[in-house]
Amino acid sequence: MLLQRFLIRLLTMLVTLFGVAVVVFVVIRVAPGDPIAMMLPPGATDADIARLRALYGLDKTIVQQFFIWLSGVVRGDFGTSISLRQDVLSLVFNRLPATLELAIVALLMAVAIGGTTAILGARERGTAVEAGIDIASGAALSIPDFLWGLVLILLFGVLVPIFDISGRVSPQLDLPFFTQFYLAESILRLRFDLTWDLLKHMLMPAVALALPLAAIISQLLKQSLKEVLDLDYVVLARVKGFSETQVILREALKNAALPTLTLVGVQFTFLIGGTVIVERLFSYEGLGNMAIDAVINRDLPLIQGIVLVFALLFVLINLTVDMMYALLNPRLRHG
Amino acid sequence: MDERRAPRRGVSPRLWLAGGWLLLALLAAIFAPLVAPQDPLAQDLMLERLPPFWLDGAEPGYWLGTDSLGRDLLSRLIFGGRIAFIVAFAAAIATCLVGSTLGLISGYFGGWADRIISRIVDVWMAFPPVLFAILLVAVLGTGLSSVIIAIAVIDWTRFCRVIRAETMGQSRMDYVENARIAGYGRIGIMLREVLPNVVPSIVALLSLEMGIAVIVEAILSFVNLSISTDDPTWGGIIAEGRISIHQAWWVLVFPLITLILTVLSFSQFGEALKTRFDPVLR
Repeated sequence: MLLQRFLIRLLTMLVTLFGVAVVVFVVIRVAPGDPIAMMLPPGATDADIARLRALYGLDKTIVQQFFIWLSGVVRGDFGTSISLRQDVLSLVFNRLPATLELAIVALLMAVAIGGTTAILGARERGTAVEAGIDIASGAALSIPDFLWGLVLILLFGVLVPIFDISGRVSPQLDLPFFTQFYLAESILRLRFDLTWDLLKHMLMPAVALALPLAAIISQLLKQSLKEVLDLDYVVLARVKGFSETQVILREALKNAALPTLTLVGVQFTFLIGGTVIVERLFSYEGLGNMAIDAVINRDLPLIQGIVLVFALLFVLINLTVDMMYALLNPRLRHG
Repeated sequence: MDERRAPRRGVSPRLWLAGGWLLLALLAAIFAPLVAPQDPLAQDLMLERLPPFWLDGAEPGYWLGTDSLGRDLLSRLIFGGRIAFIVAFAAAIATCLVGSTLGLISGYFGGWADRIISRIVDVWMAFPPVLFAILLVAVLGTGLSSVIIAIAVIDWTRFCRVIRAETMGQSRMDYVENARIAGYGRIGIMLREVLPNVVPSIVALLSLEMGIAVIVEAILSFVNLSISTDDPTWGGIIAEGRISIHQAWWVLVFPLITLILTVLSFSQFGEALKTRFDPVLR
């Protein structure tokens, strides 16, 4: 049952990815503006242009170009970046860890903030505390990450300059890292001085990304907690003498968390989509920031590669959440 | 249940504030040449980075100060509002037309139409929206119509998903079956019977979409891909403010406040409309 569900999801996932590949390929190929003309110095001859067009395969028809590209992608060859003149896949893999670390830190923050306020709001239901939490989460949800980023830059970058507002790490530092997962590696190698520097750069973009998601988690989890808190088994726990906080943490949370989990999956993909502009805002050297440069430079192979990697990330997250839901939900597990 | 009914009796003060702000900003944008104290494009290097009126060194007539080229910030914000509101209305309507139509077809007819449209929605949801918008504007060329088209092309799924679900729910109701027995055609039932019942959701989403469109336009002009760089836009002013943040914080603060108020107002309206029309909450 579970395996069948998994295989069907895997198949739809491949169809979706193929769709993304087609759409992005078609969209960028109708673009006016010749990427080859931008690469060459002024005064290049027509023969030079033709030679370069052939080198990048731009002299073939769209359908031919698509299948040449696709057969490369299947083999792990995403082509060569036109503006950076490097292998697209290695460029993407160089930047992806920075974006992943940012997104995961943001997700953890959203769960922590959203979870805490939901539990607090459910415990203090009907009071001014709950009303305050509702107003705060309403505002956090309505204001998008881009604007939160700017607010944070003003507050903690300029007014009280305690965090860095641009880059991933202070440029003067010597980095002894073997991988691009700087944050994880700095912790594993106990270089907490570097961890601190990385966090000082990462905290504000992460909070900007986390706030809208934290608000959603807070609202939904609080709602399900309040529903569960009226059920018999919870009342029984209360009669047994557990405090309200204990009742929530030990009895209610387990059963209230499932609806939130499904939602967090979809919302996490929105969060990752938000990294594109937030990375730009904070000059954070991640995949999104590189994507914007690629668009501005009309670097077709690089844009294609980045969009496809983002899409792969999104469908993988949805698949994971779907499978987790099926595993955790007893009705689906035995159904 | 009582507090849920409250919004229906009177308009809440928050809604008054939201409506007041939007009306003020809209009127200022429409009558921009009359109300703007200065020419928004006039540069004067003698007047560069003037602070807002309550600080030392401010000049009369430049209420919110000037940017690094000596252009009046208030006038630029007022003229930037023109672009913001045009995009908000045009893009939201375009997005709504595409998304609602497809959602209605998908939800009402089901079958193959639903399968194909839902598959396309899946593909669209796998794109990072901001990157997709930037890519589209780069492809279409900068300009007002490109921005509007780009927003409609990325965001129609929001309408499609909601309207599809609503239409499916409505199609199972008795009145649809009755109309069918009465001999109405399928398209007739869809347009005359089902559509009026999903209009409330469409109106609520429209208001939310206007706020989203304002943000997307700001993001696009922030990365310098919206309209021509000469015309002032809220996102363009923010981009200048981000660069000169340590010399002239007001160039970032005022457009940011403007954007936040506008987005909050649109979402307040959307929420209020949703509660007002939602039969369950009502």
